[in-house]
Amino acid sequence: MSSSASGSIALSPETVGHAAPRRGDPRADGAARARKLGVRTVALGYLALLLLAPVAMIFYRTFEHGLSPVWHAVTEPNAQHAFWLSLEIVAIAVPLNTVFGIGMALLLERGRFKGKALLGMLIDLPFAISPVVIGLALVLAYGKTGWLGDWLAENGIQVIFSVPGMVIATAIVSLPFVARETMPVLREIGTDAEQAASTLGANGWQTFWRITLPAIRWGVVYGVVLTTARALGEFGAVSIVSGRIEGETQTLPLYVQARFENFDVTGAYTAAVVLALLAFATLVLMNLLTRKTRAEGEGRAKPGRSRRPGWPLPFRGRGAGGPTEVTN
Amino acid sequence: MAIEARHVSKHFGTFTALDDVSVTVGDGALMALLGPSGSGKSTLLRIIAGLESPDEGEIVIGGEPVTDMPARSRGVGFVFQHYAPFKHMTVHDNVAFGLSVRKRPKSEIEARVNELLGLVRLDGLAKRYPSQLSGGQLQRMALARALAVQPKVLLLDEPFGALDAQVRGELRAWLRRLHDEIHVTTIFVTHDQEEAMEVAEQIVVMNDGRIEQAGSPRELYESPSNEFVMSFIGPVNRIGDAFVRPHDVQILAHDDGSATEALIKRVVHLGFEVRVELTLPDGRDIWAQVTRGTAQELELHEGQILPVRLPQPRVFAA
Repeated sequence: MSSSASGSIALSPETVGHAAPRRGDPRADGAARARKLGVRTVALGYLALLLLAPVAMIFYRTFEHGLSPVWHAVTEPNAQHAFWLSLEIVAIAVPLNTVFGIGMALLLERGRFKGKALLGMLIDLPFAISPVVIGLALVLAYGKTGWLGDWLAENGIQVIFSVPGMVIATAIVSLPFVARETMPVLREIGTDAEQAASTLGANGWQTFWRITLPAIRWGVVYGVVLTTARALGEFGAVSIVSGRIEGETQTLPLYVQARFENFDVTGAYTAAVVLALLAFATLVLMNLLTRKTRAEGEGRAKPGRSRRPGWPLPFRGRGAGGPTEVTN
Repeated sequence: MAIEARHVSKHFGTFTALDDVSVTVGDGALMALLGPSGSGKSTLLRIIAGLESPDEGEIVIGGEPVTDMPARSRGVGFVFQHYAPFKHMTVHDNVAFGLSVRKRPKSEIEARVNELLGLVRLDGLAKRYPSQLSGGQLQRMALARALAVQPKVLLLDEPFGALDAQVRGELRAWLRRLHDEIHVTTIFVTHDQEEAMEVAEQIVVMNDGRIEQAGSPRELYESPSNEFVMSFIGPVNRIGDAFVRPHDVQILAHDDGSATEALIKRVVHLGFEVRVELTLPDGRDIWAQVTRGTAQELELHEGQILPVRLPQPRVFAA
């Protein structure tokens, strides 16, 4: 493939002598095209090997014996329970992390206080620590023999081996996404528009809802997508905190693992496919949402802008008013 | 309403942005804060608006001390250097913003927005987004947005800085007329002395966080109180410690005894103005500003040696 691109022109001694690659030089163009193709092949090949092939295998194995075993596996009560439990946890953890993430991003980007650098590091901690360690730490803190165990038991609150603990574990492991995706956008939009709003009489709340949030919304949306995907798939921390009680504290990833260990291959593959489809649906939903809203709003900008990559970070690299220069 | 800044100081870390600055702007006046970048002019403007707080000193607007008041309560209209448009809103919604956060009735907002869009000549563009406007249009939208809430004072930070020369010229003249129409006390910041002289009634020249001189454009040009003002407002020739305006350098046809000889190095025709670069017998370079007529009459050309009369140079005490 690369030979056909570069080999179309015979190499005469003269051209080899001073082969300064110029624009419009067919040989240089050919070489550039070959390089580009090569890079693409490697990138796609890598992706195919690591991601596409295994996922395709799961799909293949799932539907290998037709739809009836799949239907059976999907309607199995424990599978159903795991499915809804996963959704429940996501439905609580993701909004929590969204609000927290936006607040954190505002604090870190707009606030002036001591220990900001430390806070910025702390927020990345869930990425750095293994989820298993987070799970263990939660058991130590909230478990029966744990630090808060007595107080929780007295008040009849069970955290570990029940849904609250699983929500906490999920929230922790997916904590940094919204803040980390929102912060660069906040930095890029600068403070001019917010200050303009304040001189026009808007209070902090009005400024946030009407100026800041609309400006950072794509960053937030992307953060939410990542948070959702991460929360749906979380295994390590939840595995420890939940106690893995079938039909009670078993989320979809835990269910997949349990089925697999019990040699129920169809059950494991089917649940895995459901998980993959959920994640895929999240991505598609958010992509549609972004496109729709963007078409209504500022996206109807100058004609030349319409070919902006639709996904994933529409705000990055776009001049959003330019950096706020400090004159004087 | 009158604006007063009393003994305002502001530091950013170890940098002194403003050092005991006091300014008074009369009711309905149009004043320019003029200075090079880093002189503190924008900081002073932002302190008046309430976007920065002074380390020391006081701000009084219309007789009312506002130093501890947040920007949103001060009743100032502020136009940012890069216009700070609300990009996700139409031109209409940008202009309506101040009224809508005040929860004014819809009919009132509509009427006011239409009136203002007419005033800034953006009538047909109400439904556009900021990304679809040119620099000059954005500038006028920002101005309409600031004026919509009927501010007590109008503050503009380098209002024409980001525009190309022709649009800049038009907008200057237009701002001048607008001010004659609406009479709101206005301060604008600029580093362009020509802009300040053309638009403002009063100019405050700032440098290094201090005020060098305040006065009308003519006062500043004709009687600058120091070297900085002299060289910042209008062109100068520096001869040792003395300063001479290029248009005061006279090129003569015949030596009448009071002149020195000079060699013409270069003649630059700028239209009506002709710039003549000269070398004096002692080797110093100066330039003279003459009219096209004079240049033609004397047939000025490169390499010519002519008598030149220097006026009494201005010397400032160190």
